Amino acid sequence: MRSIWRTLDRALARDIGLVCLADCLVGVSYGAIAVSSGFPLWAPMLMSLLVFAGASQFMFVGIIAAGGNPFAAVLAGLLVNARHLPFGFALGDVLGKRWAARIAGSHLMIDESVAFALAEKDAHRRRAAYWACGIGLFVSWNAGVLIGAYAGTAISDTDAFGLDAAFPAVLLALVLPALKDRAARLPVLVGVVVALVATPFMPAGLPVLLALAGVLVGVAVKEPELQEVA
Amino acid sequence: MDGMELLVGTVVLALGTFAFRFAGPVLRSRAKLSPKAERLMALAAIVLLAALVAVSALTEGDSFAGVARPAGVLVGGVLAWRKAPFVLVVVAAAATAALLRLTGVP
Repeated sequence: MRSIWRTLDRALARDIGLVCLADCLVGVSYGAIAVSSGFPLWAPMLMSLLVFAGASQFMFVGIIAAGGNPFAAVLAGLLVNARHLPFGFALGDVLGKRWAARIAGSHLMIDESVAFALAEKDAHRRRAAYWACGIGLFVSWNAGVLIGAYAGTAISDTDAFGLDAAFPAVLLALVLPALKDRAARLPVLVGVVVALVATPFMPAGLPVLLALAGVLVGVAVKEPELQEVA
Repeated sequence: MDGMELLVGTVVLALGTFAFRFAGPVLRSRAKLSPKAERLMALAAIVLLAALVAVSALTEGDSFAGVARPAGVLVGGVLAWRKAPFVLVVVAAAATAALLRLTGVP
């Protein structure tokens, strides 16, 4: 653990800290929205500790608050969270080889920690970024939800602060360098178009998964080139 | 709201989510992947994150997210592309969306 903090330089720590702050505020709004829509205090807090995936938590609370049944809420949440499966394959050894590290590291797997890790080239920095972001967000998200659940609707409209624009901007800034690799551009473009086209017609979560079609297109386009060389 | 139903729902969602998260690291450690397969896995994650950026920047539910949010993300994206510091990218994206809303832009 100590080597993580040594590898982590100031700039990276500051970037991660900013994301933690933003997510903490979103956590405040989540706690406040859950409690003000009639959930008991423990519900958003327990869910933030055990599920720890913002989009699916908002979805779960939204469906139940609108009178939907818990079964539908669970299914919708699982669909939103299914992208963690390919994330886990991409991360590889970042979590380490010990079982305790794999279990804890898996629980800390969220969009931001994955994006921060993949944005680093060096294996040590990759690991440091993943753990620092994962732990930092786990603490700040849960702290935010706790505050929101008790403080009520102090910050329920994070859109007023533009925080809804901050989340995509964070991921965009982290993903952009990967597009320097020309081989990544077509798959990303196809994936983005597929996801956007599918969004009006499909339940949340599925359009993002369908973006993986972009990877298939990338493979299909690349094969003939390889054969020509051979 | 039935407390027991909430508790069970939370635990089932938590277990399912953990299974998704845990499967990758565990299955990957069992087989040695070729460098090509590893590149594909990394590419898949990048494609997913990029799709997540597009969907969360442009849509809300199943309709258009309005103007302020996409404008904010666009400002952030241009700054990131011009290699501006990460903090500036994020703050500018949020500030753009917030200011636009303050002036009545949806």
